[in-house]
Amino acid sequence: MAEMTMIQAITDAMRTELRNDEDVLLFGEDVGYYGGVFRATEGLQKEFGEDRVFDTPLAESGIGGLAIGLGVTGFRPIMEIQFVGFLFEVMDGLSGQMSRMHYRTGGHYSSPITVRAPFGGGVKTPELHPDSLEGLMAQTPGIRVVIPSTPYDAKGLLISSIRSNDPVFYLEHMKLYRSLKGEVPEDDYTIELDKADVKREGSDITFVAYGAMVHSALKAADQLAEDGVEAEVIDLRTVSPIDIETIIESVKKTNRAVVIQEAQRQAGVAASISAEISERAILHLEAPVTRVTAPDTVYPFASDEDVWLPDDEDIVTKAKETLDF
Amino acid sequence: MAKDKFEMFQVLDENGKIVNKDEMPDLSDDELQDLMYRMVYTRILDQRAVSLGRQGRLGFYAPVAGQEASMIGSHYALDKEDWIAPGYRDIPQLIWHGYPLWQSYLFSKGHFKGGQIPEGLNALVPQIIIGAQVVQTAGVALGLKKKKKDQIVITYTGDGGASQGDFYEGMNFAGAFEVPAVFVVQNNQYAISVPQDKQTAADTIAQKAVAAGIEGVQVDGMDALAVYAATKKARKDALDGKPTLIETVCYRYGPHSLSGDDPTRYRSSEEDGEWEKQDPLVRLRTYLEGKDLWSEEKENEIVEQAKADVKAAMKEAENTPRQKVSDLIEIMGNELPNNLQEQLEEYRAKESN
Repeated sequence: MAEMTMIQAITDAMRTELRNDEDVLLFGEDVGYYGGVFRATEGLQKEFGEDRVFDTPLAESGIGGLAIGLGVTGFRPIMEIQFVGFLFEVMDGLSGQMSRMHYRTGGHYSSPITVRAPFGGGVKTPELHPDSLEGLMAQTPGIRVVIPSTPYDAKGLLISSIRSNDPVFYLEHMKLYRSLKGEVPEDDYTIELDKADVKREGSDITFVAYGAMVHSALKAADQLAEDGVEAEVIDLRTVSPIDIETIIESVKKTNRAVVIQEAQRQAGVAASISAEISERAILHLEAPVTRVTAPDTVYPFASDEDVWLPDDEDIVTKAKETLDF
Repeated sequence: MAKDKFEMFQVLDENGKIVNKDEMPDLSDDELQDLMYRMVYTRILDQRAVSLGRQGRLGFYAPVAGQEASMIGSHYALDKEDWIAPGYRDIPQLIWHGYPLWQSYLFSKGHFKGGQIPEGLNALVPQIIIGAQVVQTAGVALGLKKKKKDQIVITYTGDGGASQGDFYEGMNFAGAFEVPAVFVVQNNQYAISVPQDKQTAADTIAQKAVAAGIEGVQVDGMDALAVYAATKKARKDALDGKPTLIETVCYRYGPHSLSGDDPTRYRSSEEDGEWEKQDPLVRLRTYLEGKDLWSEEKENEIVEQAKADVKAAMKEAENTPRQKVSDLIEIMGNELPNNLQEQLEEYRAKESN
């Protein structure tokens, strides 16, 4: 075990897979010699050479096409989109192409591609860097969406994503890159995709969260515990597909649920989770399933993002409303 | 300037005369006949496909008559192991590369078995998103280079496609990575109803190669020998890491697709007539007849063969079992996520009723 930040765990996962499988390739803008704008790929080109870890021209769609072509010729590409807001340039590559490769060829070809992209607010980045766009990809059949919230999860989930023979959109929250440390095994290990994780057990109310909101939910749970309310915090980890089973099991126990996301109310995946709970556990509910989200505006200008982003106080308020319903 | 540098490359003129002896490709008599055979066969396939489409026995189909030299001439310069990244009109190249005719009919009708490329056939399925095949080509080519294969990848798009961002990105990536790729733009003068001069102020499409720092060549796309020679050279250069953009100037005699396009609304019969004089089949036929390598009898045999093959392939396509939702779910990925597993059970139950 070693103490790692999330970004160190991510680098470690890529290093592990570059070592394990010579077909793993890592590429994107500035990921090679420079080691990535967040140092996520630091030292990897030096260790594995330019043939395995390399820079590309500045064109996201081209990077997507590169990954798809490398995928059908037997490679296992990890492509980086420098910031998630640049996803729109390669939406066709993701939603129109790699997600459909297996289907449109009746299983003849696959896209064993991992698309890494930083996202997330709270670090005052310029426009179109922090937007939460996981909802767009969650609506695309054929691609998984993974969002870790801890260094341990980040490594295990990234190794699983790279090993997956189907495409994975792997989102890394910028605020979590270096803000927390955790124990991470130095050996390789995997965390099963499509499985949520109960980060805190409780019996009174279920919080379903992902990304940075997991930590806000845990904070809110601590605060509620002072009043004797025990919240169960579920970290989705994979936001598409959603691990319905874990959520429903929890809701059947607590009878109340709040779904929490950093994305705007009309975006993200909270609405879908709320619908699943309503469909599958309505007779267990003591109160409506509610959502904590950002408002339905464009992502805020940097200087005041804290007034816009949902936080633990919003969660406590919503939880109390649900408990008092 | 551009016009001087990108002068149209021609070997065989419209009267079937060799006008550029120095560039005459090194093809044996058998190969010349084979090239002609494939072009005639392809013309029949097209006529039959249009007819089957009108009868409702085929679905989406993009006619190819007029483009035989461009399609078959370029394909003839490839090796069996080379990769093809086709656009939606480029079914003939796929077929001559080994894609079964009956599967092309399933692709047309909209059946997943149409996309199941046979083992050992190096090709992507026809691309509907114009330009996407071009960026993917850069990736396939990089893959071939990294695996140290003696293979190239060739991709095709149309004149309209040359306006897409992916068209530029794909060529630029291929240039920057020095990979074995050949980009063919089949300039058939129209993108549905929009003429080529509304796509760009550039004199040629070939000159767009300059922006990527790669070679560009404009070829008479109604001249199979010129297209073959240009592709052969491009293939050789590609193996040395030098990609080429080939613009084939050609014409489609039919509509854009069978989905309601009526070319008489945007093209004159005079224009059609001018291009009919350029017919790639007529030219090569005249040339081969002059060398005593072609006859009406030979051609009729091919026509009959093609018609019989179409009939057999159509039968096979029509005998293919209909698709069930459970089939579609099963081909979604290597490991089905829980939502799909749940839906698979639901649909299987429904289907067994």
